[in-house]
Amino acid sequence: MKNLLAARLTWPVVALAALLLLNFVLQPNFFSIRVQDGHLYGSLIDIVRNGAPTVLVALGMTLVIATRGLDLSVGSIVAIAGAVACSILASSGSEANVPVVIVAVAAALAAALVLGAWNGFLVAVVGIPPIVATLILMTAGRGLALLITQGQIVTVSSAAYRVIGAGFALGLPVSILIAAVIYAAAALLTRKTALGMLIDAVGVNPIASRIAGVPVKGINWSVYAFSGLCAGVAGLMISSNVTAADSNSAGLWIELDAILAVVIGGTPVGGGRFSLSGTLVGAFIIQTLTATAYTAGIAPGVMLVLKAIVVAAVCVMQAPRVRSRAQRRVPSRPRAGVRS
Amino acid sequence: MSGAGPNGLRRLPKRRHLSWTVSLGLLIVLFIFGAIRFPGFVSGQVVLDLFVDNAYLIVLAVGMTFVVISGGLDLSVGSVLGLSTVIAAALLRAHWSPGAVIIVVLLVGSALGLLVGLGIHYLSIQPFVATLISMFFARGLCYVLSPDSIAISDPFFLGMAQAQLPVGFGLEVSPSVPVALLVVLAGVLVLHWTMFGRTVYAVGNGGRAASLMGVPVARTVVLVYVISGFCAALAGILFSFYTLSGYSLTGVGLELDTIAAVVIGGTVLSGGSGYLWGSILGVLVLGTVNALITFDGTLGTWWSKIIAGALLLVFVLVQRLVLRRRRADSGGSKPEEPGARARAWASDVGRGGLRDG
Repeated sequence: MKNLLAARLTWPVVALAALLLLNFVLQPNFFSIRVQDGHLYGSLIDIVRNGAPTVLVALGMTLVIATRGLDLSVGSIVAIAGAVACSILASSGSEANVPVVIVAVAAALAAALVLGAWNGFLVAVVGIPPIVATLILMTAGRGLALLITQGQIVTVSSAAYRVIGAGFALGLPVSILIAAVIYAAAALLTRKTALGMLIDAVGVNPIASRIAGVPVKGINWSVYAFSGLCAGVAGLMISSNVTAADSNSAGLWIELDAILAVVIGGTPVGGGRFSLSGTLVGAFIIQTLTATAYTAGIAPGVMLVLKAIVVAAVCVMQAPRVRSRAQRRVPSRPRAGVRS
Repeated sequence: MSGAGPNGLRRLPKRRHLSWTVSLGLLIVLFIFGAIRFPGFVSGQVVLDLFVDNAYLIVLAVGMTFVVISGGLDLSVGSVLGLSTVIAAALLRAHWSPGAVIIVVLLVGSALGLLVGLGIHYLSIQPFVATLISMFFARGLCYVLSPDSIAISDPFFLGMAQAQLPVGFGLEVSPSVPVALLVVLAGVLVLHWTMFGRTVYAVGNGGRAASLMGVPVARTVVLVYVISGFCAALAGILFSFYTLSGYSLTGVGLELDTIAAVVIGGTVLSGGSGYLWGSILGVLVLGTVNALITFDGTLGTWWSKIIAGALLLVFVLVQRLVLRRRRADSGGSKPEEPGARARAWASDVGRGGLRDG
């Protein structure tokens, strides 16, 4: 089991190391981290900070994919969370006021949680296929975000709100700390309690799980709610970082990054056996790739194509296993052993 | 759940028609509402403009109907439409002849559909995931070709944009409408009158059963996605007649409108049941909603997305209800049927034993 886990993480880690090395070749001062006013600065810190929203969204997505689902609506929830927070701040008249910021943040997170729970309701209770259920919110959600901001880009100038995406605490960017806390909480909850195993079980075989007494509905419901909440926090980070809510482009294509991070991290697209550490490595690979493309002057569009090709490649790599195992179980084992 | 009995069984075919009957009623209600609220809403030209403004959506819906009946879902149509407008505009800017441009665009769309179909069938990638990859891929290609909007100044495209065909009574339509109607006609012929059409239904009703019966499942699945890709590319050309430009963000979120139109038209999302002309009805419902929003003038354009999402949701719920009843009627209490829906996201029981470790 340990060997297997190591094998699953080996390639993503190697890829990440290779990318970092490439960056070091491109920019020799890539690994240098300097301290300025008690804050840490450097390319690596930037990558981790800019990657924090992706890590969060991918974290929620990992659990959703682990239950055989898919959450396409995360990008829209990112936009809605930013729109809610910024609209409240802008209309309050006293946006520098810390309690007002707390209210705005709480309202945005509540909205994100409700939307996530709504997805969960449609999937777990009503029984709509996850893609369709979240597709509705993916497109209609952008409409909702535009409705909240009335089609405008709402800018705010609250210093307190800016802390979430651009502030520092303990020498580190606040967004990194927030992401780390949520990640640690999720890891503890899924790995130190039975929750992780139950989620695996739902993904591996929902029918058997239900018969075995696993609360399938409740688990489905909560993973979507959690995914919504993560997207909400990510939305706050993104809008706080640019001190504005842009309903059209905030979180656009972030679902691709999240799915990519999950898939690279070794969580199977078909559900079950998720790997949170794999997702973390996957998210950093994507963020490093984005940063590399930026320094190398590659257009963002090319990145979108590349990412799509990578997801396709990983899916294809997973496919022969599925096929050979679907045909007959016995000969599949040695082949899988050879592969990993 | 207690409606099992001869009476319940006899009512079955009626339930199959429930969804589109509701849509027709909705369309009539929308028109009555428009007639009361806005003088001049119910006129021949407004009705014809529904077809003019939504010609591309009709073509998309035809392709999507094939996919949905076969038990799949094509999320890439909006991106392929956008890619088609960008390719068309870029090639026209490079002074290609319009005929060649149209052929290239249609080939690219069909080829993308072919790749998706092959991926789904031969690599057993989940249909949703395969079309999702295709969606991102096509959108990325748009940005690669041109992040900025390209204006189309080709005389043929200009001519198609400006031409008005008289249909009598002083009313006119653009050339896109006959093209769209031809696609509908071809679609109806293929889906309802050919062997291939029947196999699409058979595959949607249960891939394994169909394949045991000797239905060529592989060919059907691949062809269905080729048809969808072709329709998306053709819709892209109609769209570029309509806007005379190619832009990388064209058609973002259009997959929702298309799926909504198909579902509103009574095609069941789990596959195996539905009519092509129902999807046209769905397009008209969405088109009427958009026309009402335009007539009102004070509502933001975002309302059209929200309403499309809401309508999709309502009709999906109606379908769930009907399906649940039907299942209760036929005496089966299992939540899984051997259908494509089960294949795609619910059943696949064997997978439990497939994991290593």
